[in-house]
Amino acid sequence: MTSKISPDDVKHLAQLARLKMSAEEAAKFAPQLGDIVHFFEALKKVNTKNVVETSQTTGLENITREDAISRYKSEKLLIDCSSHPVKKNQISIPNVL
Amino acid sequence: MNLTKKTLTELSELFRSGEVSSREITDAFIAEIEEKDSKINAFVTTTFDVAREMADVSDARQKNNELLSPLDGMPIALKDVVCTIECRTTACSNILKNFQSPYDATVWKKLKSAGAVLLGKTNTDEFTMGASTQTSAFGITRNPHDLERVAGGSSGGSAAAIAANFCTGAIGTETNGSIRHPSHFCGVTGLKVSYGRVSRWGTMPMASSLDVVGPIAKTAEDCALMLQEIAGHDGKDSTTPDIEVPNYTAEIQHSIRDMKIGIPRNFFEKGIDENVAQVIAAAEAQLRDMGAKIIDIELPHAEYAVAAYYIIAPGEISSNQARYDGIRFGESSKAKDDLQKIYTETRSEGFGDEVKRRILIGTFVLSAGYSDQYYRQAQRVRTLIKQDFDNAWENVDAILSPVSPTPAFKIGENLDDPLKMYLEDMFLAPSCLAGQCGIGFPGGQTDSGLPIGVQIICPAMKEERALRIAHQMQKYKT
Repeated sequence: MTSKISPDDVKHLAQLARLKMSAEEAAKFAPQLGDIVHFFEALKKVNTKNVVETSQTTGLENITREDAISRYKSEKLLIDCSSHPVKKNQISIPNVL
Repeated sequence: MNLTKKTLTELSELFRSGEVSSREITDAFIAEIEEKDSKINAFVTTTFDVAREMADVSDARQKNNELLSPLDGMPIALKDVVCTIECRTTACSNILKNFQSPYDATVWKKLKSAGAVLLGKTNTDEFTMGASTQTSAFGITRNPHDLERVAGGSSGGSAAAIAANFCTGAIGTETNGSIRHPSHFCGVTGLKVSYGRVSRWGTMPMASSLDVVGPIAKTAEDCALMLQEIAGHDGKDSTTPDIEVPNYTAEIQHSIRDMKIGIPRNFFEKGIDENVAQVIAAAEAQLRDMGAKIIDIELPHAEYAVAAYYIIAPGEISSNQARYDGIRFGESSKAKDDLQKIYTETRSEGFGDEVKRRILIGTFVLSAGYSDQYYRQAQRVRTLIKQDFDNAWENVDAILSPVSPTPAFKIGENLDDPLKMYLEDMFLAPSCLAGQCGIGFPGGQTDSGLPIGVQIICPAMKEERALRIAHQMQKYKT
């Protein structure tokens, strides 16, 4: 089976997905992903002309709930989920830019 | 009296009538777990102290005739993607190995309000991604019927916990077979509910257009008791329609005489294990015996379901997993000075190979130039698969099929061949993509005693029908 995905492709995808990828890992993943993508080719055989896409199966649309304000009482528990320093009840992270 | 071998329904009766206390039941399960789980590894976290306290409160309610539901005082387990205040919720991933949720998932909140007792959290493939509970960061769950074999997955811990008599019922999740598959491997009953039947709020997502939460127990009757407490609308999960929840325990008592059961033979007859074929033939014969009508049906697009699934789900996974960036929750890398480095290192150190593979595939199928060829084509195929079911329901009430092509495989098998692992779900993917419900339950076994399940698929929001067929078949056998 010919792999359509090279180790360089894997590295590029990893970069887009914010994953670090060693040459060794990329070499391991490339044929695996190649096999999987090759498997997708089967779908090309299906005639989907004029078929609409399905993104969900409930048929529900524009579901809303009451826009009610309620006081969240466990702020500290939420903040404690982060391992970063806390300043003025906010999580402090390195500069974005 | 051996309490742990009894069904949830039986224990609930014994407790209600005052013959045994919840504390006795709870202690019996704890003793079983302490003796045997070191070999099976169904639990990743146990909450025995919490369980004993909850059991004592249930006992007080029982004495005052104030029981909250048939689940009151009944020890249960939750798959470790269901957020709980009582203990950590890890998704069996290193990236969340110490994560303490500040809130309860709706499903646990409802079970707690029904009086259920929490014994602990069960093992799963990392973030539920797998079909064998081998990708967990906390080790493999072994099959209680043969410790050299896998329990199936991803809800392998929950299914093994039922098979090993560690709890009365367990909550699993399914995106593509993860309740029915381990139920088949472990010889227990697992209900994949229709998409939207049970709230997912507070349950960690994998692929949001497919994920469901459902019960695993010894029998369909037990699953009905559990579903009764967890089904229904939740304002916090906009995919749960505000429709009536049937009385499942009452509905499943009806006979299945004259019910029309479809069998899509062309779909599954190629490439299944001989033992599995025999069990399906036996189930067919039993259904005929019980007065059901067997009708051959076609699901012409079902064979494309796994390919469509492994495009759609990774697309959603790559997006859902983006939240694990080491900032708001979970583990964080030691790189503290550079934001990009925090993201990249946290994710690379925290995620295992299968999660990385799916994120990479998802990134690939959604990338410019490929999304129409792969992702949108998969969504169109999904429509055709759903239409296949809609057409089938014009002629039949339910569909009988195998759960997966083989009984439980050996530990280590298929791990380096992800594609082969993905094919474990070939009979499960169609109903997931179409949002239908289905139940996997024991149908027979191999000569060496490995369980083999059968599945009954029913239309969306017809859980009472799937449970009824399974219950009537289980009752007929015993």
